[in-house]
Amino acid sequence: MGDHSHGSPENSGTVAKADDVAQDRFPDPGLPPHRPRLADRDPRAAKRHERQVALLFTISIIGTLFFFVAYFVLGRLGEMSFAELRVQNAALGLGTGFAMLGIGVGIVHWAKTLMPDHELMEMRHEITSEADRQDAVEIVDTIIEESGIKRRPLIRNTLIGAIALAPIPAVFMFRDLDRTGKTAHQMIDQMRHTMWDTGIRLTRDPSGTPIKASDVQIGSAFHVVPEGINETENPLNEKAKAVVLLMRMDPAEMQISEGREDWNVDGIVAYSKICTHVGCPIALYEQHTHHLLCPCHQSTFDLTQECKVVFGPAGHALPQLPITVDADGYLVAQSDFHEPVGPAYWERG
Amino acid sequence: MSASNEYTPATTTGRIANFVDSRVGASGIVKEFGRKIFPDHWSFMFGEVAMYTFVLLLLSGTFLTFFFDPSMAHVVYEGSYVPMKGLGMSTAMASTMDISFDVRGGLFMRQVHHWSALLFVASLSVHMLRVFFTGAFRRPRELNWVVGGVLLIMGMAAGFTGYSLPDDLLSGNGLRIIDGVMKALPIVGTYLSMFFFGGEFPGEHVIQRLYSLHIMIVPAVIILLIVIHLFMVVTHKHTQYPGPGRTNDNVVGFPVGPVYAAKAGGFFFIVFGIVALIAGLFQINPIWNYGPYDPSPVSAGTQPDWYIGFVDGALRLMPGVLGNFSFEWNIPFPWGTNTLVLSVLLPALVPAGAIFMVMFAWPWIERWVTKDNREHHLLDRPRNAPFRTAMGMAGVTLYSVMWAAASSDLIATHFHVSLNDVTYWLRTLFFLGPIFAFWLTRRICLSLQRKDREIVLHGREAGIIQMSPEGAFTEKHEEVDVYKRYLLTNFVDRQYIPAEPDAAGHVSGSEKRRAMISKFFFEDRVAPVTPSELEAAHAAHGHHEVEGNKADSIEK
Repeated sequence: MGDHSHGSPENSGTVAKADDVAQDRFPDPGLPPHRPRLADRDPRAAKRHERQVALLFTISIIGTLFFFVAYFVLGRLGEMSFAELRVQNAALGLGTGFAMLGIGVGIVHWAKTLMPDHELMEMRHEITSEADRQDAVEIVDTIIEESGIKRRPLIRNTLIGAIALAPIPAVFMFRDLDRTGKTAHQMIDQMRHTMWDTGIRLTRDPSGTPIKASDVQIGSAFHVVPEGINETENPLNEKAKAVVLLMRMDPAEMQISEGREDWNVDGIVAYSKICTHVGCPIALYEQHTHHLLCPCHQSTFDLTQECKVVFGPAGHALPQLPITVDADGYLVAQSDFHEPVGPAYWERG
Repeated sequence: MSASNEYTPATTTGRIANFVDSRVGASGIVKEFGRKIFPDHWSFMFGEVAMYTFVLLLLSGTFLTFFFDPSMAHVVYEGSYVPMKGLGMSTAMASTMDISFDVRGGLFMRQVHHWSALLFVASLSVHMLRVFFTGAFRRPRELNWVVGGVLLIMGMAAGFTGYSLPDDLLSGNGLRIIDGVMKALPIVGTYLSMFFFGGEFPGEHVIQRLYSLHIMIVPAVIILLIVIHLFMVVTHKHTQYPGPGRTNDNVVGFPVGPVYAAKAGGFFFIVFGIVALIAGLFQINPIWNYGPYDPSPVSAGTQPDWYIGFVDGALRLMPGVLGNFSFEWNIPFPWGTNTLVLSVLLPALVPAGAIFMVMFAWPWIERWVTKDNREHHLLDRPRNAPFRTAMGMAGVTLYSVMWAAASSDLIATHFHVSLNDVTYWLRTLFFLGPIFAFWLTRRICLSLQRKDREIVLHGREAGIIQMSPEGAFTEKHEEVDVYKRYLLTNFVDRQYIPAEPDAAGHVSGSEKRRAMISKFFFEDRVAPVTPSELEAAHAAHGHHEVEGNKADSIEK
């Protein structure tokens, strides 16, 4: 973008010198001469356009009639198959579409071929004239003067104070948008916990059958919820935190950090299914690479490295649920998660 | 006033008209608007599409409210869609199923509503682009530009609140993402989420709340803004494209009655007809395929409605962890450790915030840089404002990269490429794409301006090959007519304005910065051809070439 791109101002002609801009201009030749359309000169063409417009309006009438056929004949209430519903829906659309397009295209065709196509000109007006502005200033001054608000600062200041305070109660009115009735401290504490607890069985989602350790083969994956979740007060809220993915892999492939040695049962591991990015369920498990993938934003977690983030926008690893087997051979939780599940938040720490 | 002076109409229609007129002053309105001139151009129709699709939204939406029940109470579905019989779901979902399967034409109305919503935001966006690229936002229309921008945001808000109402699996996951983004906000985030959902996600309240917003507050604000917008359009009168006979002081076009009213009114029916055809023939949001909301399942290839795509795409592009560096910062405070979730905050707020801030501020930025505070009623051809067109394209590119990122998984599966590579490429394009687009667009604009100069100076190629007596072949050039020449030469020629000292003779820092931007924008420019240049060109090339049929072309 240097000077070389437009040459010397004297000969290239691409750079105008400041002083010739204003004067050296081509004069405005005015509106181009009007060219008459076919219908303006030939009455037969005009008549033809007239018939075309009438035909379009007739198409609209047919479209409306077709709508009624679709509504009453194709739509038998309460006994339609899905395929019939689709046909009816398409027919309603076609009927309405032609009813409307007939009118619309007809009117526009009428306007373009038969109404005058001379362009007219009108002048713009000043948005605010100086005289109006002066009048307005005078009026505002009079209003301020007559109200006395400038001369009586006591009134003005107390009014400002009153108006500033008055809306604040309206803000507090919204405090009970939170319908739990709990304090902020209690709610933040609740966010740290799920319904998992010592001895709660892992059950399949959605059937609710408990899972034996021997049922879990290497390479398999189960969608798991805690036993009894449907008996809780709000199952969806519990599920949104407690849902777990259960997988089994060769223990030799797992890197286990200190303190988590006994959180798995012979390579059977349970991790929170709620993505630590913004909370989508992590539904995809790639057996071959042992990667878990969130279908919403593609955060990828490596099961061999305790579900550490290996790709995508998630900021921390999936929380692991410590599990063991009970006396009957069923998988149970050792405890709740040791950290909050789901997306990070300010109080997470 | 004596009775004899009063006008007595002869016909019944006349009497009714006179009755109304004498009570509401209709004559004045007719006199003011009946023959008001509106310029005509295809690109002015995007705003009309937006308004008409909004009317369709009101009509179809009102129909839907008669049948929809926004409650989140748990019910067992007993409607006529067999595969879902006996399934537990919220009342909102069940009533949406009933609208689709047990209200005749209900599915059609749902699809009209959804398609209109998609078109509404699309036409608003394209209308904003038209206004931007033609410079229609300049004085005196800056405030209307801002109103338009707020309308775009409200359109997206209306779309999002409505999208979530059926409480199906897809929209429920959308709400889950909103919950995650809200919680990422420092200090207030957790509280906001609790207030919004009435407790923990998903709770039993959010659909009702979204419903109130969707059918009352948001449409009311949109209607108010549309009224303000149209009021200002009437006050300012419409802009017009440059051309012979069109000046900054006049309006050239068709009168409201009959031509403009017929075209604009007819266009409403055309928009309605097209939306009806789309709604009849193309399925949208088949909630019966998704099923009711459940926090555990999710289908692969999930996508938001198109206008939320750019934010969703930005969320996907952001790396959460780079090597061992996490964008979730745990900050120790005296009262404990708090988490700053930059991996969500940065992509959710910064790109969208930057795009909208620059968009809102642009009229003032341009005025500051160009020092041009005149009223502009004549539009710019985009090529004649290379700096603005290039800035606009840089913004469009940034938006498009984010938008494409919202489909990164589908791009990967459809083109059989690695998802990770798609993401890496899009991350690169996020930073380099806008720069490249700016450079390329400016070069294209400058080239088009040079082409315009070429056409004015040397005429257009007539396609007639002449052989000179010496045997040389040349193509005859025909001079353009005066109307075309005026169009090609009559534009505002913006120039680099160096830093100027203020009254005290001091060149302020902000003035220096302005001059830097001015230099960056206007260093390369192509000036319009002047009559003296044309004269010189004629002299240089010999008159015979350019005046071939001067009689037809120059004569007025």
